[in-house]
Amino acid sequence: MDGSAILARLRGRLGARVLGTHEHRGDHTAVIAPDGILDALRYCRDDAELGFDLLMDLTAVDYAKYPGREDGPRFDVVYHLYSVAHNHRVRLKVPVEQDAASVPSATGLWPIANWLEREVWDMFGIRFDGHPDLRRLLLYEEFVGHPLRKDYPVGRRQPLIGPHV
Amino acid sequence: MAERTARELFLGQGPGAEAGSQNLFVNMGPAHPAMHGIIRIFAELDGEMVVKADVEIGYLHRAFEKECEAGPYNNAIPYTDRLNYVSPLINNFAYASAVEKLLGIDVTERCKYIRVAMSEISRICDHLTCVGASAMELGAFTVFLYMIKAREFLWELVEDVTGARLTISYGRVGGVKADLPDAFGIKVRKAFAETRQVLQEVHTLVTGNRIFMDRMVGVGAMSAQDSIAWGITGPLLRATGVAFDLRRVQPYWAYDRLDFEVPLGKNGDNFDRFLVRMGEMEQSMRMVEQALERMPGGAINVDFEGHEIPVDAYVDRGKQGKTEGLLLLPISLSPNLQGQGRDAQSRVNVQDKTVVLPPKETAYGSIEGLMNHFMLVMDGYGIRPPAGEAYFAAEGANGELGFYVVSDGGDRPYRVRCRPPCLPPVAALPRMIEGQMVADIIPTFGSVNMIGGELDR
Repeated sequence: MDGSAILARLRGRLGARVLGTHEHRGDHTAVIAPDGILDALRYCRDDAELGFDLLMDLTAVDYAKYPGREDGPRFDVVYHLYSVAHNHRVRLKVPVEQDAASVPSATGLWPIANWLEREVWDMFGIRFDGHPDLRRLLLYEEFVGHPLRKDYPVGRRQPLIGPHV
Repeated sequence: MAERTARELFLGQGPGAEAGSQNLFVNMGPAHPAMHGIIRIFAELDGEMVVKADVEIGYLHRAFEKECEAGPYNNAIPYTDRLNYVSPLINNFAYASAVEKLLGIDVTERCKYIRVAMSEISRICDHLTCVGASAMELGAFTVFLYMIKAREFLWELVEDVTGARLTISYGRVGGVKADLPDAFGIKVRKAFAETRQVLQEVHTLVTGNRIFMDRMVGVGAMSAQDSIAWGITGPLLRATGVAFDLRRVQPYWAYDRLDFEVPLGKNGDNFDRFLVRMGEMEQSMRMVEQALERMPGGAINVDFEGHEIPVDAYVDRGKQGKTEGLLLLPISLSPNLQGQGRDAQSRVNVQDKTVVLPPKETAYGSIEGLMNHFMLVMDGYGIRPPAGEAYFAAEGANGELGFYVVSDGGDRPYRVRCRPPCLPPVAALPRMIEGQMVADIIPTFGSVNMIGGELDR
């Protein structure tokens, strides 16, 4: 299915919960409200026409220092979906406020979301409601802060950890 | 937990074990001889059976994505070398293509073919390492030695082109670092003849071998449906019979003009993964041969009949006194190692002054060239894609290697996300080994081909 048709289908199903759509360099993106994201993902996966059975990637972007978005929601959680049967792609984005940095978890839909969401929690400090085991994935439990946030300086040192003697 | 004696712990005897035997918890790794990197598998065992497993990763985390944000666009190229360090060329080119997509530019035809040829050579290296190492862990040490020998021939090709074996940094936004060396086609033909011989030997040694089959067939299997739900792509997904190969379904660079097959498996077990990888190596060699044949620009040194002539053969002829016509033969120095000349530059790079550094003659020989050079390397200038985002996916050796790049219009990426192809299979590893024997962890883990560099980034 052609990218704009996918976006139209999503808008038809979710109505006002689709906050906006755009196309840049051939990639089609739909921005979805946080309360609609689970419905959108489930619809994308189960609808026969869309058939997005592969959650290719789940990540986030911190827009705190992005020109023109300083006052908007701080984070976007980004889902890249691919359909093996129909060979098409779409990108879904959910804006997340800094104060309520949490999104419904997609682990019930795709098991791989488990690790990808753990990585987003690790790097950005965004919580996923309903995640069964939200531990850090790449860093260690004692790590202070979330390093891919824009206010985390690239050269910051972490306190030494180890057995207390 | 209360103190237990070794007898209670290992044999399930004693006061703490009225209910029968107890499960044993075992750590494999982080540093284990059969782990191809630093990773920890925490397994709960009932006798020899794995009841439950948890995988812990991140030991090789080095902030790839954060470091990419800290410098200009081309500064991330050396970091991408270190993602999948067995096939670094694919990472270079995939990242460069993601930025090119963001810029909205198209690379030259010759550059596309160079990228295809070098990516496929890298893919063969990757599969050779993966298959060789997992065969070694099953006792087939000869296979490992043979395959590493073949990889050595291919790495010599990579060294010839890029000047390095591992940390090659050969891709550039808008092209590649430099053109192919002289008589590259001849060297490739020689190396492939050796590699084909090795693959034949390996097939004879292990395919059908009783010990090998017993360890591989039906072990670590996953269904096609499960693999897709776990986000698995690449050889592991094709081993289940799903014909998802980005080179075929969403062709990029010059793949749509090449003739190749996509080897498929049926059962999705370790043996099918092995067969898929063996088949892919042959297909990759076919692709390199076709790419070198169809590459526009052609060979750099040819003799009067149009045959390629390597520089060392040229020197040999001179030493033997066969100097007839030698003076008239055109000869040029290696275009890749001696710096890049003006003609090579225009063949392999985009003609866009805002993206690609000028050729060295221009930079050193004219004030405009020097200014152009500085406009690309000064802080705050450089490559500046318009604000926006782009996702580019290439078929890496382990599956879909995606780069998601966000630009704010400045000279450094606002966000670079790498979709590591071996993360989903490692996440699904507990699913593959639970219910199997401890010894089955080794071939399964080998067939997953976990690469610490891209897994932990």
